[in-house]
Amino acid sequence: MRSLSRVFSGRRDTLALDNVDLTVEEGELFGLLGPNGAGKTTLIKILCTLLLPSSGTARVLGHDVDVDARHIRRRINMVSGGEISGYGLLTIRENLWMFTQFYGVPGKVARERIDTLLEAFGLEDKADAKLRTVSTGQRQRMNIIRGFATDPELIFLDEPTLGLDVATSIAIRKYVRNWLGERDGRTMVLTTHHMKEADELCDRIAIIDRGRIVAVDTPAGLKRQVGSGSSFLMETTTFDPAPLSSLPGVRGLTARPLDGHLQIRMVLDDESAIADVISGVVSSGARVIGLSKSEPTLEDAFMQLVGRGLE
Amino acid sequence: MAVRDHLRTLRMAAWLGWQIESNWARPLLFLLYSFIRPIAATLILVIMYLIIKQDVASDPALFSYVYLGATFYMFVSGVVFGITYVIHEDREHYQTLRNIYIAPMSLYVYVIGRAAGKTALAALAVVISLVFGIAALGLPFDPLMVDWPLFAAAMLLGLACLTALGLALAGVSLLTAKHSTSINEGVGGFVYLFCGAVFPITVLPVWGQAIGLMIPVTYWLELVRRSLYPGEGIEVLGGLQGFGDGTILAFLAISTMAFTALSLAMFRYADRIARRKGKLDMITTY
Repeated sequence: MRSLSRVFSGRRDTLALDNVDLTVEEGELFGLLGPNGAGKTTLIKILCTLLLPSSGTARVLGHDVDVDARHIRRRINMVSGGEISGYGLLTIRENLWMFTQFYGVPGKVARERIDTLLEAFGLEDKADAKLRTVSTGQRQRMNIIRGFATDPELIFLDEPTLGLDVATSIAIRKYVRNWLGERDGRTMVLTTHHMKEADELCDRIAIIDRGRIVAVDTPAGLKRQVGSGSSFLMETTTFDPAPLSSLPGVRGLTARPLDGHLQIRMVLDDESAIADVISGVVSSGARVIGLSKSEPTLEDAFMQLVGRGLE
Repeated sequence: MAVRDHLRTLRMAAWLGWQIESNWARPLLFLLYSFIRPIAATLILVIMYLIIKQDVASDPALFSYVYLGATFYMFVSGVVFGITYVIHEDREHYQTLRNIYIAPMSLYVYVIGRAAGKTALAALAVVISLVFGIAALGLPFDPLMVDWPLFAAAMLLGLACLTALGLALAGVSLLTAKHSTSINEGVGGFVYLFCGAVFPITVLPVWGQAIGLMIPVTYWLELVRRSLYPGEGIEVLGGLQGFGDGTILAFLAISTMAFTALSLAMFRYADRIARRKGKLDMITTY
């Protein structure tokens, strides 16, 4: 991608992608990490030929997304998280079979591949159930299988575990990693706003915020960017932690409710700044329940680079 | 893309279309509906005709003109709106359009295949209506006097022309959401008015007749009537009596080719605009 921009016209134009320059190498599991509305899905839609860029160029597997879409489509596939699409009156197996045929997968290969995938995603018992009779999670799993059933050279997974239970999410992450490891020359682009997912799966990650690529590196490299700063995890009683962000020495801070308390993760310029943070908590009428120094995480790197947390 | 790929897409899409069309929760009720609907649709015109002309026997050519026009017009809604509705259904209801769109196949071929089921049901409705007309209303018909080659050629070109019209409207549907049904109805009404479906285009003002002569459906219905009516007289009703069957067939072929080229260009343009505006996966009504 070179200087890729996308503007959505409306009463007020929205800049979804702003001069994105990015290269994904063959064989990589490349992550796009960013909050909702950061531009991840827009980027995926452009790369899988569903949307045209407003300016700039994007090439996928050597072909331009604008003029060479036909050549790209044969070699890619895409799955969107939370996707419950499909023909409810067909069975899961029939839905999958039909899509493999649209991609020209030979019948015997398609049947074997579908069986393997149904087993891998725990859907073998539901294979002959009409899609309209299965749960939302099972529909989502079917759509993930649809993406892999055509054995694409490049697959785009847009928030693949969105809305799925923990066990299924873990199984999907495991499958995704194995799929890439077992095949030569396959590439995967994964968007997520789950730090853990990105950290666990990706070879390299681009942090995207408000349509701009803020940083691109390996998960370890991004964590190193926290540099000389110190990461702390603090648990307090409930209060408004917003004023803490503006304290001197606080580089980034996120807070989330946890069991009736507040869990605050912060990156400080140096350890001495923690005293001011604790004073700030106490002066707000809250109480510090626990405090620990932690190794820099991807979340810390994100906070440092973007200036705020993901959630 | 190879012809083999197109044929595979057509076969799979037609299979899917038929699965959707034949998904009858109550097959008997659906069968009953399949019989009643075309009969009810044509009976409205039959009753209007009988109020004016009193009986069928006094002017069998005029009765055939009205009845055959109304009956075969069912293909227009079946094929044209069937094709158009595929876009709406796949995008908004099944939410599969984006997956279909990025698949390595022709979207034109896919939508045509998907509409095959609707075309088959329209053909069934036409047959039921014809049988009812012959058996219950005395519609003149003699299989030995039917010009079958002319009828086959007219149907082939007519369905091609309706498919072309459907593709053009499907292109418009890519850019619209809730309005696609109203656009379909509007176009359907427009064609119904100017193509001489139930009354000769000669009753229209001159500019209306000019519009009628530009619509391939006009020539298609004229040829269907001429090929099916056993005898003389029906060709003087449609306003095309100055032209022989071969000439009208040539008009139909030329206008169908022009319509096809135009509709493919329209579909391609609409596809490009939809991709630029991000309309291919918009969900608005469900």
